[in-house]
Amino acid sequence: MVYEADNSEAVEMKHIISILIENEAGALSRVAGLFSARAYNIESLTVAPTDDPSLSRMTLVTSGTDEIVEQVCKQLNKLIDVVKLVNLTDDVHVERELILIKVKAENEARDEVKRIVDIFNGHIIDMTDTTYTLEVTGDSEKIDALLKALEHITMLEVVRSGQLGMGRGAKGMGCKPC
Amino acid sequence: MELTGAEIIIECLKAEGIDYVFGYPGGAVLHIYDAFYKQDDVQHILVRHEQGATHAADGYARATGKPGVVLVTSGPGATNAVTGIATAYMDSIPMIVITGQVPSHLIGNDAFQEVDSVGITRPIVKHNFLINDVKDMALIFKKAFYVATTGRPGPVVIDIPKDITAEKTEFEYPSKIEMRSYHPTVKGHNGQIRRAIELIKSAQRPMIYSGGGVILGNGSEQLRTFTRSLGYPITQTLMGLGAFPASDPLSLGMLGMHGTYEANMSMHHCDVLIAIGARFDDRVTGSLEKFCPEAKIIHIDVDPASISKNVKVDVPIVGEVAPVLDAINAELAKITEPSNLGAIEKWWAQINEWRAQDCLKYDQNSKIIKPQYVVEELYKATHGDAFVTSDVGQHQMFAAQYYGFDKPRQWINSGGLGTMGFGLPAAMGVQLAHPGEMVACITGESSIQMCIQELSTCKQYSLPLKIINLNNGYMGMVRQWQEFFYEKRYAMSYFDALPDFVALAESYGHVGIKVEKPEDVRPALDEAFKQKDRLVFLDFITDREENVYPMIPTGAGLNEMILV
Repeated sequence: MVYEADNSEAVEMKHIISILIENEAGALSRVAGLFSARAYNIESLTVAPTDDPSLSRMTLVTSGTDEIVEQVCKQLNKLIDVVKLVNLTDDVHVERELILIKVKAENEARDEVKRIVDIFNGHIIDMTDTTYTLEVTGDSEKIDALLKALEHITMLEVVRSGQLGMGRGAKGMGCKPC
Repeated sequence: MELTGAEIIIECLKAEGIDYVFGYPGGAVLHIYDAFYKQDDVQHILVRHEQGATHAADGYARATGKPGVVLVTSGPGATNAVTGIATAYMDSIPMIVITGQVPSHLIGNDAFQEVDSVGITRPIVKHNFLINDVKDMALIFKKAFYVATTGRPGPVVIDIPKDITAEKTEFEYPSKIEMRSYHPTVKGHNGQIRRAIELIKSAQRPMIYSGGGVILGNGSEQLRTFTRSLGYPITQTLMGLGAFPASDPLSLGMLGMHGTYEANMSMHHCDVLIAIGARFDDRVTGSLEKFCPEAKIIHIDVDPASISKNVKVDVPIVGEVAPVLDAINAELAKITEPSNLGAIEKWWAQINEWRAQDCLKYDQNSKIIKPQYVVEELYKATHGDAFVTSDVGQHQMFAAQYYGFDKPRQWINSGGLGTMGFGLPAAMGVQLAHPGEMVACITGESSIQMCIQELSTCKQYSLPLKIINLNNGYMGMVRQWQEFFYEKRYAMSYFDALPDFVALAESYGHVGIKVEKPEDVRPALDEAFKQKDRLVFLDFITDREENVYPMIPTGAGLNEMILV
């Protein structure tokens, strides 16, 4: 057996984890509580019921060394309510996040914001005489880039959904056969 | 026939073969107590404080392998149980804790004696349930027992609002249970087992390190076969003592912070470490950077999350100890001529040199009673056959070091959480589980006072425990750390007032004996065990500043022990 020096474990990386969990009261607090109790880092967490109302699907973004993330996954799997867990980072996958931004849109900024929203394939979903509310979806990098592009615009309110993720290809994650 | 929720609880307990429930009544559980009153199948043991109920159920579970059952009321009943639930959780003890809850319509209203029991206990249980509908009751009990007793065992809390215990439904206890989200691994992976066997066979300086998982998984027989067929040295954790007999020459005793010199040195120098049902606790490993620097590590554990949590291992095997060792033993039995005999012989020669250090020696000519001496005499007086519970501190370590445990489930202590107050109520559970057997609680004058009220329970149920109080007038382990690391500034590690323990025991209706001279130790013990139907409280006035040796200071490696 050869054990090569492995420096990768010291590197902190972002991981996106998909979890199918029993849709029961308290399921979310079990997951959230685990992260605070074990001092794991949680960047975002989204949760909603799936097509099967007895199951919820969570997408959780965490960061840490490979060793820590392995522990995170094991501890999550150990929760009695967790039906299935996949670390999407291990494989090709798609990620999407939704952002809503309320910006000041007066004078030149009114056209400027409209142009930026178009470039990012977004929509203006509400407006007043002085503001726009924007909706943009994309992976986190795109959302970050949008925020950078809007830096010189006055933002009144920003809300991000946190990431959703799904593996690419024909295979599903659910309990049902494909 | 339709039954009330309260009656269903009794029926579920009967179906699970439960003979004792440890508890304390209160408003939210009155329907349940009424149902208890009307039947004789499940006996209720009335404690004096809910913490006592949890430790007693815990002691019962540790001594039998069956789940312990607790029944407490809402609010303070549940919060008083929290320490005992956490104690069981840290040591993976199967336990069912039924907590009463305020009626459904009052939940969230800050009602009288309301507390979010599910929320409070969430981080210290394997799982918990809040019952919303009496129709779910039977299934939830089935799930609770299944979860508590399989895989890596642990406590499960069932929180039941008062109104649910009065509602009626048809009762049918499920005969089987299938949970899509819970599938504990039983058998080990064959490929991993093969890799482990290769390492085991080729080891030059092997070491077996076994823990409480062997006892929990009923794998003692398999561990004995495994160790003896190889002739390899074995050390056991505080929680694992008794799984392999202390009296066997292959046993190097306990390892870790207060482990033996030979065990810790062998750990440090081994080239193959075989960890079985142990979790590389910080009290075992010392400094992680210095831990077993030359070893390839095999780790057998039922809990995948235990593997590579603290120490990265080379060959992980997830599965129950007994079937995994059965599979390994079957392969080892085929070996006729081991290739490493010479190396093993050399290894034992080295180990025996370490052994010759005699690290557990202490002053035999002391005019003051040495705590070690009391434990050794207890061993002799009971022929090593007693069930021994302990509290937490120096006396716990002396018990582990000097009472050679030869059988699993004989040594019962709070290893993970380190709960002072555990020993006495745990001993009650052990005595109820084994009515005819000798049960001793080794404790200290500080620990015993944390659940002293249970002496009253012992009287009510005629539990003839023998309490071995090693009374040095100090919180011994705290004082020892203050002596070593705080220049003897003994901040708050002593009591200016202690009760007269003899009079205290007598006031509860028991026998009390004070022992002040070494020559009186054995006669007092013999006298105590002669009183087969009485609880005897033996108050041994011991050396005030005796220390537990050897000791590994925090941050040191296993080869950096402080010896006497």
